[in-house]
Amino acid sequence: MSFKLQTKGLSFAYEGKQIFRDLDLSVEEGEFVSLLGPSGCGKSTLLNILTGILPADGGCVMVDGQEVQGLSPHFAYMPQQDLLLPWRTILDNVCLYGRLHGKEATEKARERALASMELFGLKGYESSYPSELSGGMRQRAAFLRTALCEADILLLDEPFGALDVITRGDMQDWLVGMREALGRTTLLVTHDIEEAIYLSDRILILQGSPAGIAREIRLEEKQRSREWLFAQRPLYSEIYYLLKGREDSHVD
Amino acid sequence: MKQKFLLPTALMVGLVAVWELYVRLGGVPLYILPAPSKVVASLFEESATLASHAVVTVGETLLGLGIAAVAGILLAILMDACPPFKTAIYPLLVVSQTIPVIVLAPIFIIYLGFGLAPKVLTVVLMCFFPIVVSFADGMEQVDKKQIDLVRSFGATRLQEYTFVKLPAAAPTLFSGLKVAATYSISGAVVGEWLASDRGLGYYMLRVKNGYMLDKVFACVLVVVLLSLLMNGLVKLAQHLCMPYERKKRS
Repeated sequence: MSFKLQTKGLSFAYEGKQIFRDLDLSVEEGEFVSLLGPSGCGKSTLLNILTGILPADGGCVMVDGQEVQGLSPHFAYMPQQDLLLPWRTILDNVCLYGRLHGKEATEKARERALASMELFGLKGYESSYPSELSGGMRQRAAFLRTALCEADILLLDEPFGALDVITRGDMQDWLVGMREALGRTTLLVTHDIEEAIYLSDRILILQGSPAGIAREIRLEEKQRSREWLFAQRPLYSEIYYLLKGREDSHVD
Repeated sequence: MKQKFLLPTALMVGLVAVWELYVRLGGVPLYILPAPSKVVASLFEESATLASHAVVTVGETLLGLGIAAVAGILLAILMDACPPFKTAIYPLLVVSQTIPVIVLAPIFIIYLGFGLAPKVLTVVLMCFFPIVVSFADGMEQVDKKQIDLVRSFGATRLQEYTFVKLPAAAPTLFSGLKVAATYSISGAVVGEWLASDRGLGYYMLRVKNGYMLDKVFACVLVVVLLSLLMNGLVKLAQHLCMPYERKKRS
């Protein structure tokens, strides 16, 4: 089987501590995969390696069966903080990728951005500055900025982690509705079990030191809703105790 | 807000009133301390002369401040782009500030003559340091995650500066420019004290030698007003360059 994204034997150490060793994971084309694990287990580090910001100590990253090294146009990265540039308008911010790649790319990004503003709940705010927007709107703008990258894989690093619980819920509902429109292969890093269940086709539980994939959970439901999510309580409990049990044993 | 304006104004009016009373009631002669009313009167009487000298001083100041700003910004970028260079040059920059300008100015005259150059160089020397240090520190404090983000989007090294570092450090640059602008008029006046036939520094020395202290004080008042004006101009430039600072979400 050919995968959109694969890591093979990926290893990384930081300040003498082995964060992960021989990590293998794979994501299919168009699949939404969540990487779930406790804070500090190396989830964000893995995304930094995939984007090319950090070099791996060993192993390789493959996209469409081809090895990629360093910064790759295959990946669009969205961090936990929106990181919008305060001195640029919302339209300029969401077109950032295009602006960094010349006039033609800017025009293309601008066209797509204007067409997507309504879908992302940002219509009428094109000329506003980030400081004029609410936390949820800023996060949607950051999401649109990521979606407008000409990349085939979205890497989302706890994108709603900085929001309050209600806004986070709204954003998750919005993303569930947006998934098909986005049509991208997505790897989401989160420590929120509910978020992982609600959004993912597959959950990979990252645990241990060095971290490894402890468990893989497939979710087949296509029609996601809050009601469906609340009915997944047993799965939530299973994942919770799995994370807690392993964490306790790790602490011991 | 009202108190913020009223309290210093009241204190200043009170001090001027005490000064006026002290001179009038104590019969203090003009060559020792002129009354504020006499200073203001001289300011109006000498306004044409003061204006002609002020034009020279402001010209030297703007030229010096402009050179200091351009050189300071370029050096700060170089220091940020090349950390070993920053490590090497930073102590030299600090040492350069420990030498009093009044000591260096005569040396500038020896090297550069009696023209415009030594005065402009004095201004540059006084203004350069706050601009370099504040801008370099501002760039060092830029959120690394923002740099990583544009880098992950494929930004070149130059784009890291134009898209993130320079605009992010702009507020600290303007802080440095405000300090420099406030010092700049004084820098030009110091330069004129040593060798000049025009400018507020030259005028000040001339009237001081004639024991016309009311005119000296009037000249000091002009220097203060011009310094505040320079500071205000930088604030205005900041206001125009950073419209996003005014648009905070209510």
